[in-house]
Amino acid sequence: MDKGLYVNKVKITHAGRPLLAIDTHVTPGEVVTIMGPSGVGKSTLLSAITGTLSPDFSLSGQIRLNGRDLTGLPPDKRGIGILFQDALLFPHLSVGANLAFGLKRGGTKAERRARIEATLAEVGLGGFAPRDPATLSGGQRARVALMRMLLSEPHALLLDEPFSGLDAELREQVRKLVFDHAKARGLPVLLVTHDEADAIAAGGRVVRLK
Amino acid sequence: MKHLALAAALLFGALAYPALSDPNPAEWEAVEAEAHGQTVFWHAWGGSPTTNAFIEWVGDQVSGRFGVTLEHVKLTDTADAVTRVLSEKQAGKDTDGAVDLIWINGANFASMKENSLLFGPFAEDLPNWQYVDVEGKTVRTDFTVPVEGYEAPWAMAQVVFMYDTADIPTPLPSAAEILDWSKANPGRFTYPQPPDFLGTTFLKQMLVELVDDPEVLSRPVSDTNYADVTAPLWDFLEDITPTLWRQGRAYPANGPRQIQLMNDDEIDLAISFSPSEASTAIANYELPATVRTFVLDKGTIGNASFVAIPYNSSAKAGAMVVANFLMSPKAQAHAQDPEVLGYGTVLHVESLPPEDRARFDALDLGIATLSPQMLGDVQDEPHPSWMTRIAEDWQVRYGVQ
Amino acid sequence: MAQSRRFYRLALFPALTVLVLLGPVAAGLWGTVLPAFGHFPAAGVSGPSLDAFRDLFNWPGFGPAMRLSVTTGLAAAILSLTITALILAGWSGTRGFRILERLLSPFLSVPHAAAAFGLAFLIAPSGWIARLFSPWLTGWDRPPDLLILNDPWGIVLTLGMVMKEMPFLLLMSIAALGQIDGRRRMALSQSMGYGRMSAWMFAVFPAVYARIRLPVLVVLTWSMSVVDVAVILGPSTPPTLSVQIVRWMSDPDLAFRLQAAAAALVQLALVIGAVGLWFLGEKLVARLACLRIEAGHRGHHDRPLRLAGFATGTAISLALLLGLLSLAIWSVAGFWSFPDLVPDQLTARNWVRHYSSSQDAFFETMLIAITAVAIGLILTIGCLETEHRRNLRLTQRGMWLIYLPLIVPQTAFLPGLQTLLLGFGLDMGRAPVVTAHLVFVLPYLRLSLDGPWQAWDTRQATVAAALGASHDRVLWRIRLPMLLAPLLTAIAVGLAVSVGQYLPTLLVGGGRIETLTTEAIALAAGGDRRAIGVFGLMQTAAALLPFALALPALVWRNRKGLLHG
Repeated sequence: MDKGLYVNKVKITHAGRPLLAIDTHVTPGEVVTIMGPSGVGKSTLLSAITGTLSPDFSLSGQIRLNGRDLTGLPPDKRGIGILFQDALLFPHLSVGANLAFGLKRGGTKAERRARIEATLAEVGLGGFAPRDPATLSGGQRARVALMRMLLSEPHALLLDEPFSGLDAELREQVRKLVFDHAKARGLPVLLVTHDEADAIAAGGRVVRLK
Repeated sequence: MKHLALAAALLFGALAYPALSDPNPAEWEAVEAEAHGQTVFWHAWGGSPTTNAFIEWVGDQVSGRFGVTLEHVKLTDTADAVTRVLSEKQAGKDTDGAVDLIWINGANFASMKENSLLFGPFAEDLPNWQYVDVEGKTVRTDFTVPVEGYEAPWAMAQVVFMYDTADIPTPLPSAAEILDWSKANPGRFTYPQPPDFLGTTFLKQMLVELVDDPEVLSRPVSDTNYADVTAPLWDFLEDITPTLWRQGRAYPANGPRQIQLMNDDEIDLAISFSPSEASTAIANYELPATVRTFVLDKGTIGNASFVAIPYNSSAKAGAMVVANFLMSPKAQAHAQDPEVLGYGTVLHVESLPPEDRARFDALDLGIATLSPQMLGDVQDEPHPSWMTRIAEDWQVRYGVQ
Repeated sequence: MAQSRRFYRLALFPALTVLVLLGPVAAGLWGTVLPAFGHFPAAGVSGPSLDAFRDLFNWPGFGPAMRLSVTTGLAAAILSLTITALILAGWSGTRGFRILERLLSPFLSVPHAAAAFGLAFLIAPSGWIARLFSPWLTGWDRPPDLLILNDPWGIVLTLGMVMKEMPFLLLMSIAALGQIDGRRRMALSQSMGYGRMSAWMFAVFPAVYARIRLPVLVVLTWSMSVVDVAVILGPSTPPTLSVQIVRWMSDPDLAFRLQAAAAALVQLALVIGAVGLWFLGEKLVARLACLRIEAGHRGHHDRPLRLAGFATGTAISLALLLGLLSLAIWSVAGFWSFPDLVPDQLTARNWVRHYSSSQDAFFETMLIAITAVAIGLILTIGCLETEHRRNLRLTQRGMWLIYLPLIVPQTAFLPGLQTLLLGFGLDMGRAPVVTAHLVFVLPYLRLSLDGPWQAWDTRQATVAAALGASHDRVLWRIRLPMLLAPLLTAIAVGLAVSVGQYLPTLLVGGGRIETLTTEAIALAAGGDRRAIGVFGLMQTAAALLPFALALPALVWRNRKGLLHG
């Protein structure tokens, strides 16, 4: 059983022109940081992994997660979570409903509700379930976004510059929170950033795209 | 064998179908029985709320008495219904047409009759035809075109002039007096723009008034006499146009617009084809209470309004029931009530049964309506070809600047 | 396999949409071309022949009618665009602008005929403005004999069209402004020393114009071929070409139908020519603007222009408002003559008289509008979602397809369409009318939804998919709820468009379908202001009702993130 996220000889071309090539493996609990100047195709790589790559691009190689071949699967069948710079909480749903949207199916209504309440309490947001996401602070939103993602029980986590919108103090807090939770669940994590501090905090391998 | 039978059935069916399906007005009970439950789409001009209300009343009556549902299709122009039937014929839709009954007369009737688009003859077989005044009223010809039973009359119209007594002290009963007055009071008279029905009526009325011998107008126009006969009319228009409202550079689009102008005190004199229109309009706040009517000393033209049934109507029996009801003393008296429509009746009132005559005697014709005696002589409509030529000529002379 | 099945299901929507949009237009044009070239079996002629064109050219009004169509149409389009640009350049982003926007946007759904009638009563020599100053100031006991309405140059007609089209362009521009970063472009140019209006004109307008170019062309072709407004406000000796087409179309003498068809083709050619002229004009204006930029003019003295823009905008909304008010008063008026400012007495009898027929017409109108909008919405969302999932962007050519039914003059293809439907036995009844309405509703639905749909942050979809939600779940649970406000606006626009349709309802419905608009225009033909008042108000109410409901504010009252501006 080949645990973890494999990006096997992946090459992405745009209109025939090669854009990037990468070959790497992220083991469970490991954080691999991908760095490079803007325009080098970091976000394109993430779309390739989540399965939202625009048809203008073509992809060769293989993406495997815990032994499953993801290439060709629709995004919702891949089991790959992603966090962006913005929390992207659904503005029409309450905080609780946002988490419920992420929470895997199953369990009674009461169980699900208790689970969400417990999750919120875990990140210091107990009693926030009925709140309007627009009324939360930046740090609170980031925490809700993380927990929403984790409740969907992904097998890997992608981070698309998730900390760059936060101020320095908050950034540290949230970074720690994300990495701790990912490690605790043994998730392979792929972090895309152009901030060296993020790479250092992640403490894992760094892949530089050119 | 099978094919042959089928072909024969089709052929026979095609031949026999119209004869089998069309109701015969001579067997009236059968017509009424067939009409029960039918829906009749009556295409009629919808620009007048009073007419619309009258048609609604007719609908209530025929549904209560004969089980016929009447739907008023409100037209902006009667010709729309005519073209509709024509396009149906073109498309081969010979049954189940959209139009069951049309309020029609004049050129539209002539066109439909000529193109065999009408069902009939039926009108003179309708039970209420017995009361119709065939001697005194022009119900057997429509703009000199023989009716021959292809349309049933339901209202009489006659030209009158409406004038505001606050501005014009006495009637102007001739073309010459109208011209003199208009010269003295420029900008206070106009008429609807031909080819509007009322506008061409004004031209015809002035032609009849000014022509040396009206007899020539009952025959079709010919190139040899057209210029001579119509010369007095064009002279008259040449004189009067610069004195018209807006110097003749614009005209009201139709009769009701013209009434609106009178109401706004933009004009003081206007033509009407309904002797009671002024009274009705005063009652509806649409004209000042000082408006009265007059006719010309030589008389004014008059004609009848009819209803006709298209050849492909899906409810011919129902349509005949409606046409017959329109000619009934009850409907005729209702239509003549100035509170309702104020249309002249097509019936010979004196020969009606006493209780029906009483309906007419009880009517109050309204303050601006002339009595039948005062309306004077009715002049015949000219042959339609005159109207067509004059309207075209008018278009060239005054319709384009 | 599942993948390919979904592929087919989704491709269905664009295919259907194109069919619904273009089928009727193409068929209708074909039905016009045949009689124009002398093929018309119903009138007993079969072509090909050029007689119809010869008759048309021999009609003495041909030259003037053509000239009128072109001049009024071009003037209305240029004026509408200029006023829109003046207002935006002078005021966008200010408080005054928001006030103007609030004042003007409701009038978008006021039916053209009702607005035209309101204007006519305002400015006629016996109208409200004249009454306001008579006789105490003007000395007029009777209205003066002045040719204001129906003037032979079509000035009032042009003004009437501008009054209705300027708000349309303004709101389209506001939508476009949301897609470009106007504020920063302004700040940048102003920091380089450009005056407010110059900054906006040079730095923002080109981007806005690129986005409202097609709506501007719609305004141009609509203005050149409008019928209802031209009948009310335009000259009649001769009228514009479109009005004359409709007149010939309804002549009992079938020969005139050939002439009408020929005129319809000429009308189409005029529109195409005018569009070409417009493109040349665009180039010219762009070149002039470049010269000005090269010269470095900063344009600081723009105060008079700013005020002029604001004054024009205010005057237009005031005229619309007073026009509607006059309709309202006429609907309850007793006797009311010149120079009285208000009626002698008020009465409910006009409403009583029209109660039952207006009620039936109201329900018919709503039924047709709701059906057409529902079908249109399914097709539009289907298309947008297909494009999203297959990552297609609507090309410029695709946009032209969507606009085509709005750019082809209605008088050029609707009569032909009637003949066609008849041939299929599809005439009469609601279904064909709904289909015909769909042709005009669809483009507006697409126009209203396109911007918000594209502006939606697709990372929301990525996040939702990463949370395990399928395409359909994302659509129903995330995207549509988040786009509720633009969806409801699109629905309201679609309903208003359907409510306002006259020719499609009349011709395709065979006269049997009575909506508020067909009733109102039938009555307008009679010129009874009281009846026009009643139906005009009902029609306006029907079109405004969906806007007035303001549902999003209600549904999302607890969601701050969805209640911005």
